[in-house]
Amino acid sequence: MRKCVLTMMLAGALSAQSPVTFDRILNADKEPQNWLSYSGTTRSQRYSLLNQITPDNAKNLELQWVFQSRSLEKYESTPLVVDGVMYTVQNPDDVVALDAATGRVFWTYSYPVSPDARPCCGRLSRGVAILGETLYIGTIDAHVVAIDAKTGKAIWDKEVGKAASGYAITHAPQIVKDKVIVGMAGGEYGIRGYILALDAKTGKEAWRFYTIPGPGEPGHESWAGDSWKTGGASVWVTGSYDPDTNLTFWGIGNPGPDWNGDNRAGDNLYSNSVVALDADTGKLRWYYQFSPHDEFDYDSVQVPVLVDMPWQGRQRKLMMWANRNGLFYVLDRVNGQFLMGKPFVKVNWMNGFDERGRPMKVPSAASSKTGTLILPGNQGGTNYYNPSYSPRTGLFYIPSWDNYSSLYVKQDQDFVEGRTFGGGGPRPTTSAPAVGGFNFRSDDDIYGAVRAIDPKTGEKKWEFKMADVTDAGILTTASDLLFSGGREGYFYALDARDGKLLWKASVGGAVRSGPMTYMVSGRQYVAVDAGNSLFVWALRQ
Amino acid sequence: MKRICVFFLAAGALLAQHEYGATDIENGGRQYTNNCVYCHGPEGDQIPGINLLQGKFRRTLSDDDIAHIIREGIPGTGMPAQNMNEGNARTIVAYLRSAASVPASTATGGDAARGKTIFEGKGGCTGCHRAAGVGSRIGPDLSDIGALHRAVELEQSLVDPGAVVLPQNRYVKVVTKDGSAVTGRLMNQDTFTLQMIDSQDHLRSFTLADLRQHSVVTTTSMPSYKDRLSSQEQADVVAYLVSLKGARKP
Repeated sequence: MRKCVLTMMLAGALSAQSPVTFDRILNADKEPQNWLSYSGTTRSQRYSLLNQITPDNAKNLELQWVFQSRSLEKYESTPLVVDGVMYTVQNPDDVVALDAATGRVFWTYSYPVSPDARPCCGRLSRGVAILGETLYIGTIDAHVVAIDAKTGKAIWDKEVGKAASGYAITHAPQIVKDKVIVGMAGGEYGIRGYILALDAKTGKEAWRFYTIPGPGEPGHESWAGDSWKTGGASVWVTGSYDPDTNLTFWGIGNPGPDWNGDNRAGDNLYSNSVVALDADTGKLRWYYQFSPHDEFDYDSVQVPVLVDMPWQGRQRKLMMWANRNGLFYVLDRVNGQFLMGKPFVKVNWMNGFDERGRPMKVPSAASSKTGTLILPGNQGGTNYYNPSYSPRTGLFYIPSWDNYSSLYVKQDQDFVEGRTFGGGGPRPTTSAPAVGGFNFRSDDDIYGAVRAIDPKTGEKKWEFKMADVTDAGILTTASDLLFSGGREGYFYALDARDGKLLWKASVGGAVRSGPMTYMVSGRQYVAVDAGNSLFVWALRQ
Repeated sequence: MKRICVFFLAAGALLAQHEYGATDIENGGRQYTNNCVYCHGPEGDQIPGINLLQGKFRRTLSDDDIAHIIREGIPGTGMPAQNMNEGNARTIVAYLRSAASVPASTATGGDAARGKTIFEGKGGCTGCHRAAGVGSRIGPDLSDIGALHRAVELEQSLVDPGAVVLPQNRYVKVVTKDGSAVTGRLMNQDTFTLQMIDSQDHLRSFTLADLRQHSVVTTTSMPSYKDRLSSQEQADVVAYLVSLKGARKP
């Protein structure tokens, strides 16, 4: 046995490194030792089949290595691991290749960010994509760069948006067949958002879908006057893909100006929606809008989670979605049919759905000059934090904020290209969430939690409550483990069946990323970014 | 250590200059490539009115002046302050001063298109090197070599490839405990581990304790093209290499 392990270790250094074909990405479940795309698989369940680390032995997890990024920015990325090599980012847009077993660096690609870049909410990247032997990163100055995964040299660099006007890319690209798909951030600058696909080999644009319909297109009437030109509708996180329907699904951000809807009367499509696009052409197949005519910054910056399971007596292809607006949704992902929507945190802006699944907004739920108290507050019931679905437990896990409200205040604001275009803003109604430091909140105050719900009913099964709020994603595994963390600076393992705490580590900085797991030379590792560093654990040997 | 005394004319005035060692100059070259080349270019001539590597500035500058500008920048211009200590700034000064005393490339008058043909054909360069996504990775990727190095340096590498081998381009040979030998281009090393890219384009990481031996390969596997290519062909290849500015244009 010992000899076998040694052989495997040496073989690790010799492990075959073959190009990451799209077929491999589609069938990532067949190689759970790797993590080939931002959410692990195209279904984005963040559920790993690795099971070496279990509820029984999780207490033996031991820190293996740390990668300290040379950046003080929030570290929100999920790394990739391909055949023993890890690829992560160093904010804002450097890419680093490391030995996944030791953390030692093979190469670093340093991207020179334009001084025009002005992304809202962090000068950062949430990760890279890989196809073949090429990595792809979207940058905060709205470029997409193809990088040789073996050498770290740039192959092509394509400008896809005007950084000086607020266009940016902060999410990991999505790969579908021979295309690299990205969406524009910049909703706080009055952009007109779009999603585009580039040819992976050349960077040539293959298609573009505007997230705000132009004149003559269906949905254009949902914007008053010229408001569509500056209506935002950004993309902040990576979409999901269903090969059976060839649909790529993307969550769309808030309309702009964020907190004042007076000059954009209408539903403001496709802000705060999920759009289902034909992956070959970019044509819209269906959409569902979670929060029509939003004034609370409820953008749908969540990764669509795709699940096939029985629903009310018949097998269906579903999409599960815990939204920033505080509601958990189940949709039919073939046609966008609304199947269920239920609050997973306290919500006061709506009180039900009509027969078509449109939320019934409470009449008083509108931003005002004097301020309107709305639950959930501006950061939402959840946000960009990655949820997880475990086919083993059948539960959907949400990083959530509860007892959370904001006072929404609107102000008049004229659009000036390249300047922020918010139209007011939220005010805190409870003690401000602390970043590090000390917490003195009572039990009634806002709190963060890992919340497990039954997707068939939307009912809470259990929760793991934290003293502070959380920006951490969630990972589940085939051994019924759940990994997550929070703003307090803990990374921990729970029993995915009941939420029991099994292990924790103090990482000295907020966990703001989605954890992932991989295997090298027969040893399972768990990785997460926290603070400014990437931490990796494995079982003590 | 060999000492090199560098004197040079700056805007017609000879100022009191420092004496720099070869190590300072070499380190300064790396600092220049890492910090300055993106705006100033490998020849130091990308900013109008300035040629750093020929000692041409907009006003007379002493070594102290240059080091100060490197560290503090020039307010109101595109020259930013560098997060750099005095010592490293001084090595850049050393590099600039020494470069001004090096003759320019003799491989002039080359045609980049012809050079590309030679690079990918007769020269057999893609057997080891990669440029713009084409070629082997066992040798250094040259996709942006023209943005990083001067024509005179590229010419030297072509005719005398062993003269200057940058640390990141060294080859290393390891022998595992089972006797397997692996040779590759060194990417990183530390007290306990070593990383390389091998001849199969695999990224390899070794724990030194698992190795029987490891050593830097002191001879270059690249042949000299001094007699393999004519002077014109050499000039063509240099012109092609100079044209390789990478994926992003400054």
